[in-house]
Amino acid sequence: MRVQEKIIEGLLWLSAAITILITVSIIWVLLSESVLFFSEVSIVRFLTEKEWTPLFAEKKFGIMPLVAGTFLTTVIAIAVALPIGLTIAIYLNEYANARFKTFIKPLLEVLATIPTVVYGFFALTVVTPFLQSFIPGLAGFNALSAGIVMGIMIIPMISSLSEDAISAVPRSLREAAYGMGSTRLQTAFGVMVPAASSGILVSVILAISRAVGETMIVAIAAGQQPRLTLNPLVPIETITTYIVQVSLGDVPHGSLEYRTIFAAGMTLFVFTFLLNNLSFWIKKKYQEKYD
Amino acid sequence: MTNSEKNRRKDKAFQVFGIFCTFIGLVVLAIFLIDIVIEGIGRIDWDFLTSLPSRRAARAGILTAWAGTIWILVLSALIAFPLGIAAGVYLEEYAKKTKLSNFLEINIANLAGVPSIIYGLLGLELFVRIMNLGGILLAGALTLSLLILPIIIVTTREAIKAVPRTIRDGSFALGASKWQTVWYQVLPASFGGILTGVILALSRAVGEAAPLIVIGALAYVPFVPSSPMDEFTVLPIQIFNWTSRPQAAFLTNAAAAIIILLLITFLLNGIAVYLRHRQQKKIKW
Repeated sequence: MRVQEKIIEGLLWLSAAITILITVSIIWVLLSESVLFFSEVSIVRFLTEKEWTPLFAEKKFGIMPLVAGTFLTTVIAIAVALPIGLTIAIYLNEYANARFKTFIKPLLEVLATIPTVVYGFFALTVVTPFLQSFIPGLAGFNALSAGIVMGIMIIPMISSLSEDAISAVPRSLREAAYGMGSTRLQTAFGVMVPAASSGILVSVILAISRAVGETMIVAIAAGQQPRLTLNPLVPIETITTYIVQVSLGDVPHGSLEYRTIFAAGMTLFVFTFLLNNLSFWIKKKYQEKYD
Repeated sequence: MTNSEKNRRKDKAFQVFGIFCTFIGLVVLAIFLIDIVIEGIGRIDWDFLTSLPSRRAARAGILTAWAGTIWILVLSALIAFPLGIAAGVYLEEYAKKTKLSNFLEINIANLAGVPSIIYGLLGLELFVRIMNLGGILLAGALTLSLLILPIIIVTTREAIKAVPRTIRDGSFALGASKWQTVWYQVLPASFGGILTGVILALSRAVGEAAPLIVIGALAYVPFVPSSPMDEFTVLPIQIFNWTSRPQAAFLTNAAAAIIILLLITFLLNGIAVYLRHRQQKKIKW
């Protein structure tokens, strides 16, 4: 009996320990292939060259165009999702009644359950033609449409995490604001949002991290042309799209082209890793404690 | 106008803006779903569901794609379900508050934030190259299992946490061992919650295209996979492939395939919501 208990505990521990093994494997896979890549292409070239053309005859290995593309789509997505998501969080907390809340929250979550390839189709076939009807210079593939659709997708992420943060602010603070004669709007922006600011910031950082790693929307709707630009109207390429583009082709294993996707993946991983850990750190350090 | 009137007006204006924001996303989603249904519903017939892929849009079907999706769904469930629950049980019931368990927790939160395409790179190197599996169903299912493992662990822990301390104390008082308590009391009591989490995780896996493209799943597979060692495609990859072609007829195919994919996703989510609802109704601690 005792032995059996110990064996079971051991097996359970092993299952939990696998998660560490996964992290180690991810880092090891990215590092080992990236090291081989950087033995052929210097890290200075990687960071400073202004073009990314590893699949062309004349090869350039500057990651900046891909980073710029990722940055551009992410900024557009956040510009859409942050105002809308935060307003929803405030509205549900300060204005809406409980019945409306229980009705609308699962509906908003539906936005996050739609597969991203479906959002990509939407961006390409509905949003881009719609935007083209009043933005003359808009290309068929562009960062704007992909970014907007990505923003819609991450609305529930910002709204639900921000709402949790706002509703964690104690009632007494809200009641004190009302007692001073504040309107709901003044209470929301004068008291509740500042009090929940660290939680809201965490929601935004996690949303950025999500947008940076998003793949199918940008692969379908934003184009496959690495370009060092902040113009949202022209085709660009994100880090994730580049990885998909190479995966779809016939790049032989062990070639320099094959290794570029791991160098690109490493760049992506570093960004999301830093963002995620920044959010944990803020959560831990700035969590307001009310007793 | 007095100051207080002004403030009241601003308050009302924000209320209207709040309602607008709450519904804008849903309205856009509704427009999109209607657009998809109009474009794709006419293309769905028995032939579309039972035909192999083809270079001609009018003859192409999604048999191999949805068969691949079902395969991936079942295999990922078989791999990730026991592993995720075991890890969740360990962290919630066994692990002491040490530095190691703290590290495990941060690590799992970190894994949940790793982009899916990075899991694709991991699967490509680990399963496809080193284990030499190639771009087959098993490699795809293993990759997606790693991807959804953190989600299953987190929801398992939450479900187990909801079981009150008194249940465990009662079980121990009757002489049950730790594992007997977990197996006969804690797990049955939290099973609805765990199952909800697993199904939500699987619905995420069903919609993933990027990691499977990276490990080398093909868009054109002219046969239905009959074992985990076969090459495969899935609905999201088929949709991606059709969407990236210039001919309008393929876009219609993509819309039709999207309807099927959304049906599967919504079905899974519906089951999860139903289970959660029933669990909340049934158990009142």
